[in-house]
Amino acid sequence: MRNHRGANNTIVKIENAVVSYREDVALRDVSLEVKRGEFVGIIGPNGAGKTTLITLINGLGKLVQGRVWVLGHSISKGSINGIRKRVGYVAQLQNIDPRMPISVEEVAMIGRYSQLGAFHRPGKADRDIVDEMLELVGMSHLAKRPIGHLSGGEQQRVAVARALAQEPEMFLLDEPTASLDWRAQKEIMELVKQIHETRNLTTLFVTHDLNALPDTCDRVVLMKGGRIWREGRPEEMLQQDILSQLYDAPITIKEHEGRRVFLKAG
Amino acid sequence: MDLSIFGYQFMQNAILAAFLGGVACATVGVFVVLMGVSFIGVCLAHAAFAGALLGVLLGFNPMLGAFLFSLGTAAIIGPLASRGELNLDTSIGVLFSLMLGLAFIFMGLMPGPKTQGLSLLWGSILTVSKTDLIWLGIVAAAVVAIVVLFYKEIQAVIFNREIALAVGIPAGLIIYGILFLTGSTITVSLSPIGGLLIFSLIINPAAAAYQLTYSLKKMFLLSALFGIVSGWLGLMASYLFNAPSGAAIIVASSLIFGLATLFSPKRKVKRWQARDEPSRVL
Repeated sequence: MRNHRGANNTIVKIENAVVSYREDVALRDVSLEVKRGEFVGIIGPNGAGKTTLITLINGLGKLVQGRVWVLGHSISKGSINGIRKRVGYVAQLQNIDPRMPISVEEVAMIGRYSQLGAFHRPGKADRDIVDEMLELVGMSHLAKRPIGHLSGGEQQRVAVARALAQEPEMFLLDEPTASLDWRAQKEIMELVKQIHETRNLTTLFVTHDLNALPDTCDRVVLMKGGRIWREGRPEEMLQQDILSQLYDAPITIKEHEGRRVFLKAG
Repeated sequence: MDLSIFGYQFMQNAILAAFLGGVACATVGVFVVLMGVSFIGVCLAHAAFAGALLGVLLGFNPMLGAFLFSLGTAAIIGPLASRGELNLDTSIGVLFSLMLGLAFIFMGLMPGPKTQGLSLLWGSILTVSKTDLIWLGIVAAAVVAIVVLFYKEIQAVIFNREIALAVGIPAGLIIYGILFLTGSTITVSLSPIGGLLIFSLIINPAAAAYQLTYSLKKMFLLSALFGIVSGWLGLMASYLFNAPSGAAIIVASSLIFGLATLFSPKRKVKRWQARDEPSRVL
């Protein structure tokens, strides 16, 4: 793996970032560093700025003040497309028209487009990678299906395959399990965990739902009101009193079959 | 049936114009239909019409006026469409009615008979000129070439703009390109098809193709085919029944759309059924 920023191995560095949409300030003076190979969970209530923070990294969010370095490059108009090609991004479940004339394997192939320049068509090597990634997420048998015919969970698996087909150096997941059912949610979490563990892929995982946070997190960032309120190791941060303050609602933690379950108390 | 009519130069020109116009309109129609921006097309068509009328009024080439107006409108809609900050429908609605208003003003200011102005509204494929044909040919070739060259980028943008951006595809540029092609297509189709009618030739073939296939490539091909067939059927009908050609072309394309919808395999497909039995579609 290349290392652009010396011995500390920092893959993302956000310094005093301010983002605002019209009158609303979405991020206020946020700084964050992520090291190569880390799994960082970003949690907090709706509107805390989690999505804004993560989209700063692939340049979908617009910075008003501060600086962002990703993979050794400062984010600018000139560098952003190059950075995006190296960062896999999975957003929330999208609403796809069931009649959309694009198949599952074509959607996964969009990930390869990042590596192909203009005028280049996908070749056998690209198709092999797409096949491999669809296999990995367990969607090979649906490869020829129109994407809009898949269930939400299946569409999100395809989105993961698409992001991996990019052969990214970093993986951004923005509420990938939102609006999925229990089983699909668990399957996506397992998949992300497995990918992180087998590929040592730096992963940033945003969720408002504490139970949707994979237990493989190295670090948890707690966001509130456009700021990083606290951050630290999961066992320190995922405490009843801290989380209750974060969400302004009483939260209880119960052990269930070896796993921590977060409940809204009262 | 007396087919001697096809021996005449004007009829051969009309057949060629229907072919080229059909290909160009139906191809840009695929973008318009899949990106769900039908009203952008309507708005550009009316802008082109208003621009052409201004040309007639002030005595410069109406095609130039049409081109500048439709591109100018596209340039206003483009940022709205790509940033999505304003309510797109509202802005397009305002622009659309403005263009219609301008068209009527230019028409009203025209001294004497308004034949030339009206012919831009109805179109007249039977009197298409050599120059019109050359321009139609250039634009049709450019549209096809761009779709072939940038197929994967276009496909990604059609699928999801944000995802396209996230993998490093300049989605904004692709969208501007598509609007530019739409504007150019409308401009060169204005005099053969007519400003009022052009839009159905953009939407109907693509909408018909959308009913029949789950493959984007096939959708482009089917749409172009439907565009050509609409043009030729319309021409025939216009000749046989002595009906206005542009209107006959639109009716033909609407018929094709109606049939495609009626026999669409997609109507029967439900999400949960699709899992068990692959639907029989092209």
